[in-house]
Amino acid sequence: MSEFVSFKIDGKQCMGRAGEYITEAAERNSIYIPTLCNYKDTAPKASCRVCTVKVNGRVMTSCTTPLQEGMEIENETAEIQDIRSGIIELLFAEGNHLCPSCEKSGSCELQALGYRFRMMVPRFPYLFPVREIDASHPRLIKDHNRCILCKRCVRVMKDEKGRSFFAFYKRGAKLEITVAPELADKITDEVAQKAMDVCPTGALLRKRQGWDVPVGKRLFDMKPIGSEFEQVK
Amino acid sequence: MSKAVVATTSMAGCFGCHMSFLDIDERILDLIELVEFNKSPINDIKHFTKQCDIGLLEGGCANSENVEVLKEFRKHCKILVSVGECALMGGLPAMRNGLPIKECIDEAYLNAPTTKNCNPNRILPNDDELPMLLDRVYPCHEIVKIDYFLPGCPPRADLIWNALYALVTGDELKLPYEVFKYD
Repeated sequence: MSEFVSFKIDGKQCMGRAGEYITEAAERNSIYIPTLCNYKDTAPKASCRVCTVKVNGRVMTSCTTPLQEGMEIENETAEIQDIRSGIIELLFAEGNHLCPSCEKSGSCELQALGYRFRMMVPRFPYLFPVREIDASHPRLIKDHNRCILCKRCVRVMKDEKGRSFFAFYKRGAKLEITVAPELADKITDEVAQKAMDVCPTGALLRKRQGWDVPVGKRLFDMKPIGSEFEQVK
Repeated sequence: MSKAVVATTSMAGCFGCHMSFLDIDERILDLIELVEFNKSPINDIKHFTKQCDIGLLEGGCANSENVEVLKEFRKHCKILVSVGECALMGGLPAMRNGLPIKECIDEAYLNAPTTKNCNPNRILPNDDELPMLLDRVYPCHEIVKIDYFLPGCPPRADLIWNALYALVTGDELKLPYEVFKYD
């Protein structure tokens, strides 16, 4: 049995279970900590660092930090918000994120975080990297321009034997996701759809279907990302 | 109080941001009470006739003429505002940024389905009067200092109106979630 511990987020008294991750505990206390690479029911990776908080004065990722008694967590301070906004801006500057021409626009989590932080323009110069769109798979499009290398698809998309459909390929600045060749045939329309839903940006797209949700009804058109946690009081 | 003077232009853009600006509906009557326009496609004044308070920029810089216009705006406007995705990051024209210029020109004038069979002498535009294409499309703030940014493709009419109103009156900018979009 896990014991209950009390902790504070921005001075608000909260309760949680010892050892659970700070992001989960915060959600149950109706506090949203922005995450990007994190995905429900999947082991955290802490690759994006968007969930950065200050725990007892030290900067940490809340998705991988287990909860302890008496933690004093800073979440919505100006300093932390600036760090997070900076990370989002870096991601926008690093890839080719052309929101107007992206099928995922409106339901994209990276974009939704940009909205949440009211990012007008990245503070960093755009890199305009030259990357390819790989549409060789019969059911799936990979657009490396939009990939933020969060590894969500690698961690979540697995077949019945637990093998990943996707993998990292190459190294360093050339790192990209690839479809595992021996499992490529097993990617059905349903798997492609799930991969598209799992991807936080528009890097993975199901073929022959898109733009099917009208503007105004997409995930983040009217409500900011994370508002579902904040509304529960 | 004298009215604020506003100038607008469309560089490597599609005029969509100007259309969105006109989408303020009946507030256009408030607008003419609030500002007067100088160089702008809205009143068809081609050249600056005086110093302006606010310059609204649509589109990024794709050729030498765009750069010239942008520098002219910086010289004549106290405040410059980048309006729309193209001004902010190059937008759709910036999709050519990874390609060599020769490939773009060949595609447009020699190989495209609509030009393939009607350009037998393989003529490429090459006249001193024509502005030169830049090596890539540049966001406005990489060429001159830009003071404010309004994202969107196009920015919602309410966003442009709120920003212009806040700039002219000195009020705080209203930024509701629904009007702040990148698409």
